[in-house]
Amino acid sequence: MAAATSRRRKEKIRWSKLYSFASCFRPLTSEERLAGREVIGQPGFSRAVFCNEPHLHDRKPYKYPCNNISTTKYNVLSFLPRALFEQFRRVANFYFLLAAVFSLLSLAPFSRASLIAPLVFVVGISMLKEAVEDWHRFLQDLDVNNQTVKTRLSDGVFVDKSWKELRVGDVVKVYKDEYFPSDLLLLSSSYEDGVCYVETMNLDGETNLKIKRCLEVSLCLNEDAEFNKFEATVHCEDPNPNLYTFVGNLEFEKKSYPLSPSQLLLRDSKLRNTDYIYGVVIFSGHDTKAVRNSTRSPSKRSRIERKMDHIIYILFSMLVLLSLVSSIGSSQFLSHDMDDWWYLQLQGNNKFLNLDGSNSKKDDDDFFDPSKPEKSAGLQFIRSLILYGYLIPISLYVSIEVVKVLQTMLINKDIELYDEATCKSVQARTSNLNEELGQVDMILSDKTGTLTCNQMEFRKCSIAGISYGGDITDVDLAASMRMNADFEPFEYSMDRTDRATQSFELFEFSVYGFSAQNGNARLSKTEEPVIKGFNFRDDRLMNKNWIHGTNLSDITMFFRVLALCHTGIPIEDDYHKTDKLSYEAESPEEVSFLIASQEFGFQFCRRTQSLMVLKEFDPSCMKEVEREYKLLNLLEFSSSRKRMSVIVSNEDGQILLLCKGADSIIFDRLSDNGRTYKQETALHLLSYAEDGLRTLAFAYREIEAAEYESWNTKFTQAKATIGPEREELLEQGSEMIENNLILLGVVAVEDKLQEGVPECIDKLAQAGLKIWLLTGDKRETAINIGFACSLLRPDMMQFHLSSSREAESNNEVKAMEEDILQQIQSSYKLLCEEGKEAQFGLVIDGKALEIALSGDVKDEFLQLAVNCASVICCRVSPKQKALITRLVKQYTGRTTLAIGDGANDVGMIQEADIGVGISGMEGMQAVMASDFSLPQFRFLEKLLVVHGHWCYQRISKMVLYFVYKNVAFGLTLFYYELYTSFSGEVLYDDWYMTMFNVILTSLPVIALGVLEQDVSSDICLQFPALYQQGPRNIHFSWSRIVGWMLNGVVTSLVIFLANIYILSPTAWQQNGFVADIGSLGTITYTCIIWTVNCQIALITSHFTWIQHLSIWGSILSWYIFLLVYGALPPNLSGNAFHVLIEVIGPAPLYWMITVLVVIVSLLPYFIHIVIQRSFYPMDDHIIQEMEKCFEKDDVRDDRMSFSQQMQQKKLSIYRSVTKPHK
Amino acid sequence: MTDTNRERRRTRETAFYLFTQQSLPACKPVLTPGWVITIFLCMGLIFIPVGLVTLRASHSVVEIVDRYDIECVPEPFRIDKISYIQDDSIPKNCSRFMKVHKYMKAPIYIYYQLDNYYQNHRRYVKSRSDKQLLHGRKYHDTSSCQPVELNDGQPIVPCGLIAWSLFNDSFTFIRERAELKVNRKNIAWKSDRDHKFGKSVRPFNFQNGTLIGGGKLNPKIPLSDQEDLIVWMRTSALPSFRKLYGRIEEDLDADDVIVVNLINNYNTYSFGGKKKLVLSTSNWLGGKNDFLGHACVVIGSSSLILAIVFTLLHLKYRRPYGDTSYLPWNRKSLSG
Repeated sequence: MAAATSRRRKEKIRWSKLYSFASCFRPLTSEERLAGREVIGQPGFSRAVFCNEPHLHDRKPYKYPCNNISTTKYNVLSFLPRALFEQFRRVANFYFLLAAVFSLLSLAPFSRASLIAPLVFVVGISMLKEAVEDWHRFLQDLDVNNQTVKTRLSDGVFVDKSWKELRVGDVVKVYKDEYFPSDLLLLSSSYEDGVCYVETMNLDGETNLKIKRCLEVSLCLNEDAEFNKFEATVHCEDPNPNLYTFVGNLEFEKKSYPLSPSQLLLRDSKLRNTDYIYGVVIFSGHDTKAVRNSTRSPSKRSRIERKMDHIIYILFSMLVLLSLVSSIGSSQFLSHDMDDWWYLQLQGNNKFLNLDGSNSKKDDDDFFDPSKPEKSAGLQFIRSLILYGYLIPISLYVSIEVVKVLQTMLINKDIELYDEATCKSVQARTSNLNEELGQVDMILSDKTGTLTCNQMEFRKCSIAGISYGGDITDVDLAASMRMNADFEPFEYSMDRTDRATQSFELFEFSVYGFSAQNGNARLSKTEEPVIKGFNFRDDRLMNKNWIHGTNLSDITMFFRVLALCHTGIPIEDDYHKTDKLSYEAESPEEVSFLIASQEFGFQFCRRTQSLMVLKEFDPSCMKEVEREYKLLNLLEFSSSRKRMSVIVSNEDGQILLLCKGADSIIFDRLSDNGRTYKQETALHLLSYAEDGLRTLAFAYREIEAAEYESWNTKFTQAKATIGPEREELLEQGSEMIENNLILLGVVAVEDKLQEGVPECIDKLAQAGLKIWLLTGDKRETAINIGFACSLLRPDMMQFHLSSSREAESNNEVKAMEEDILQQIQSSYKLLCEEGKEAQFGLVIDGKALEIALSGDVKDEFLQLAVNCASVICCRVSPKQKALITRLVKQYTGRTTLAIGDGANDVGMIQEADIGVGISGMEGMQAVMASDFSLPQFRFLEKLLVVHGHWCYQRISKMVLYFVYKNVAFGLTLFYYELYTSFSGEVLYDDWYMTMFNVILTSLPVIALGVLEQDVSSDICLQFPALYQQGPRNIHFSWSRIVGWMLNGVVTSLVIFLANIYILSPTAWQQNGFVADIGSLGTITYTCIIWTVNCQIALITSHFTWIQHLSIWGSILSWYIFLLVYGALPPNLSGNAFHVLIEVIGPAPLYWMITVLVVIVSLLPYFIHIVIQRSFYPMDDHIIQEMEKCFEKDDVRDDRMSFSQQMQQKKLSIYRSVTKPHK
Repeated sequence: MTDTNRERRRTRETAFYLFTQQSLPACKPVLTPGWVITIFLCMGLIFIPVGLVTLRASHSVVEIVDRYDIECVPEPFRIDKISYIQDDSIPKNCSRFMKVHKYMKAPIYIYYQLDNYYQNHRRYVKSRSDKQLLHGRKYHDTSSCQPVELNDGQPIVPCGLIAWSLFNDSFTFIRERAELKVNRKNIAWKSDRDHKFGKSVRPFNFQNGTLIGGGKLNPKIPLSDQEDLIVWMRTSALPSFRKLYGRIEEDLDADDVIVVNLINNYNTYSFGGKKKLVLSTSNWLGGKNDFLGHACVVIGSSSLILAIVFTLLHLKYRRPYGDTSYLPWNRKSLSG
């Protein structure tokens, strides 16, 4: 009953009063208003909107774009030309386009179809990919555009209208928790005073609510019927991307009223805590500020891809060189020998070409014109360029694209990277950086929201010199969690399984014993906190036991500060039918305070403009009483003030100033009699800080009514002043009253680490990654978090760089610079002395960083920093984050990965080689800018160590193989030219060659690129150091590239020479027939197909049925192709007619050659890997061997069944994930 | 029924799950020393016998080669062979003696071999019309046959450079005064005869007038029976090639002397090409081909040597299989 009435009363609370006091701090100055008016009508400020008269916007000049949003790159018409243009911007594709054009001019050595078909295939697939991607974007847009909003029609009724049909000038009604369909001018809201609350998370990543307020003139328009007569005109600025400005005025009832940003509701923000609002559409569709603001993140290319370009250039120069050789050779033959070859009937060869002049004129063979050897050589050059085009892997790009899309799909599908709590999985937002994940050398991480949950927990407090709350520190917790992690059941655990289990049990036992010992006392650490944001166990304070405490008045006052000194608002929680409230406030810390005070019996139940109501537990009468506090003033928190205060008067008329703030600030402002507990409190403070907790000190003072009056008049004056000195005056005003405080105590809240962060960082450090923590926090907190998440370890040597206080206060840049330089140099000396064995941590604060990153000291600083395993930069601004990222990237030339979750990390994320966004609580800004998004930081481990490592290996193997394959094939074409007097004849049938890249060798390499694993994922995680292969670029070094090219050369030589010498000139069949050009070509080609496919089998170390199918299927498909092609009528199949069944198939020599040539041409590579594996093994080789050993052991082990259980569990998660989509 | 369906769906789902989780069952071969030695040994043990068998087969083939292009030009003309060969008025008859040094079992294949003759020249290879060969004069588009397409405004059948430059030396073989029967049928691929050269297509306007290159064809015989032409038109891959001329279907004994009466028509003198006459027996391997056998033996024996070397090396620098202490990060800690 009581609850019901209270709820009813709560409903009547005018929510609008919340925060409204805050907005009064910064009203629009009259100057600004004036400035705003002056520019209206000027260029850039010419927009006119006729409210409630959308039909006026049908015609120019007031025709504005509709509210339809399109993020697609193409439309139906522009797709073909634009996508084609994109495709042919690639050098290789352009080359093949040229080749195709030449083929039309009969310059090419191949038939037209055989040149055009692969190009069409390759370009077609790329374009198909583009089209599919664009289609997805289109569907997304469609979803957005088809959302509905209540819109007023001309007959006065409000009906649902889809967003895309919305026009400028429409009056819309938006309900609670709906998104604004476009930029709206706020006319009125469900509150009488016309305010509303909006959440701008999608725009700037800030979670706190912002208040918007309508003009007073439009207040009356708060019902549907009111709009029947409504007519107004808005003159305002033109569409622009600036989120925080808006200039315009509203002409209503023949009067003009200035508009400010606080009347503008932006698209992509959400209405909160307000039942409904009325608004008129000002900017629609692509004119809205949110759309104008969205920038496409810069497209990034991976290191391998950039190196791949160089390989392509090398192959191109090889191509040009060979073509030059051919053309010179051809012209030599032409001018010296060919004259005598009567059977060619060349021009100028008059021996047989005689009287028939007309005939000789007609057959102008420009390629072989002895009278013009230069022209012929030129033409031959072009023809050779096309002929040897097989050196350029035409399908490389498209294969890589296909592979990357598949890789991305597999990454996205990984069930171990799926967060059940948020139902989000990892998202690879771009597919072209997969392999870059395997080469990361440095991780730059944000702290809040990335390493931590951005969820504050009330942990400890010290009241009146007595510390309450648990004793076990976070460092202990981190350590114990690490031990837990060793017993990840599905992880590979070697012979130390038993030991790990033992220690785990021991640990369990010790914790158990510990809590048993302290039974009645304080903690049970292993329990989850029942209340979110409150992880406090102390029976001395809980359950109202504090009333037995000694300093009862101080404790009560402490709780009052906790309950009153904030800007939060209570929210009814309909789901819990308890008397507990939940809260919303500017920072999560305040929420945790409010929850704590509620737990202690000081429930903050509502607030109005000038009243705050507490339900207090009164120890004198032992029951809850409701007390009202009149809010007199609120002195805001700011980063410079580092404190906030409220001035309230209680029911007795007593005026109290309640203050909370940073300890140093509060301690400086204590009165003489307020220092009673200072010493003990300072001690507690220190120990809390050591535990990695955030601390705030609480104090209060009583103010005489007279003193308050005099101060208040001054302060009100200061508030009323306009101009630059206003801030200063306000500062001074608050300074005057926030003095002579009485210290009550301190609270400690924990910025909770995300799950698995320490283990993850540990593993990443083992993987040899350098981790930088960039945080806005203060140094102590940062260091503590660093320890808690094992970024810093006790065995690490720490360097601290900070600017000295004096220099800082005197602002002597020069002195500071010298100071920092000296610190850096001494640290570096130490680092050099200690050598490679020790690990180092570097801690630097924002001010010092600013100096260290300035010109002169930069190099020294970076030299020191990159040699440290972990670096912590505290008090850095978002800009500095981006700057650090860029400098580190430039200085080291290594791959950097930036990870963050908030809008303040966007710069860093875009700057880094790979940007990772945490799709956590803080909006989508970081995610939108990122290349990969993770629901949890801990997933970074698997993303890098497993997927990154795999993708790096796969792509590099793939590219190298492509080079090999094309060199091996392309060179045989060149060798044959040597035997045809460089005339440009081709050994193989056109269609064989067409099939080469498209069908006969494409699938195995794609299978390799998608499925290859050097070691399984468990092993990757077990040996993170294996990851180092990527940053060191072992698999894609120039020596490897050259090696593979040489391998290709050797293969081509073996294949070509063996075939020539075995098949010519004697007969090669029992029936005495000799090999002609067709059979020699087919046999040689068979050898090539076998060799390149067997070569990929040698590269592959992980054969699933897919690999088997693709490799052996490719070889088989060659024979099938040959059969089918040979069965076609001879005018289609030409030389290949019946070639397999009649000509080459029955000859035993054919099969012998195939076997011999394949083995010989693979032998060099085989010997190479044999020597390497046996005598110079690489990390992955040894680990593969170990894996093999364990597999054998596993069969005996019952762990096998355990891992199966794990598989089953994951499978069930997987099913639950995939089901709903069906 | 539904049960089996569900079962099937489950298995499919599981298979898909295993694929997306990249944990498909896989075979992961690891190259161990044992494997290496086995592979090399096997290669040695397979290739050496195969090579020896091949070599034996190759040696059992008897081949007689006789270069006749210089000898068949009478002494006085040897200064200017080109004008000799181009002068139609001089008879081109020539006799050669070939001694059989080893018993040759029938069939004995007769080849003519041309060296430095670029039958694979692009201009040459392209200058033919497969459709005309099949359909005859009914097929009009013979532009690919340039420059031997038309003569006096009439199409040439068969057109093109290849046919035009048909080899036209001819050989007769006499053993002990008796002429050896030379079978000149079935020297071309059956598929060529049946499907590529028309049965009703007869030579027309061929080697007529000013356009005379090589051999002439009997205009009464359809192309599908002109096997010389068919063989010639299977262009060779390399500038030095043999082409089948016919078969002697009698055994030749050792020390038989065969008189070859040949007509030396074909002009190889202007480009310095050689002409050879080859008599060769054949077996499953084809003709005489030592290269393959040698290659097999060399590969086989080097594999054996590699196996031995590798075994020795392995014994000397033995590395424990899958030993963690070889991992670099462990190695560092060991030394440090």
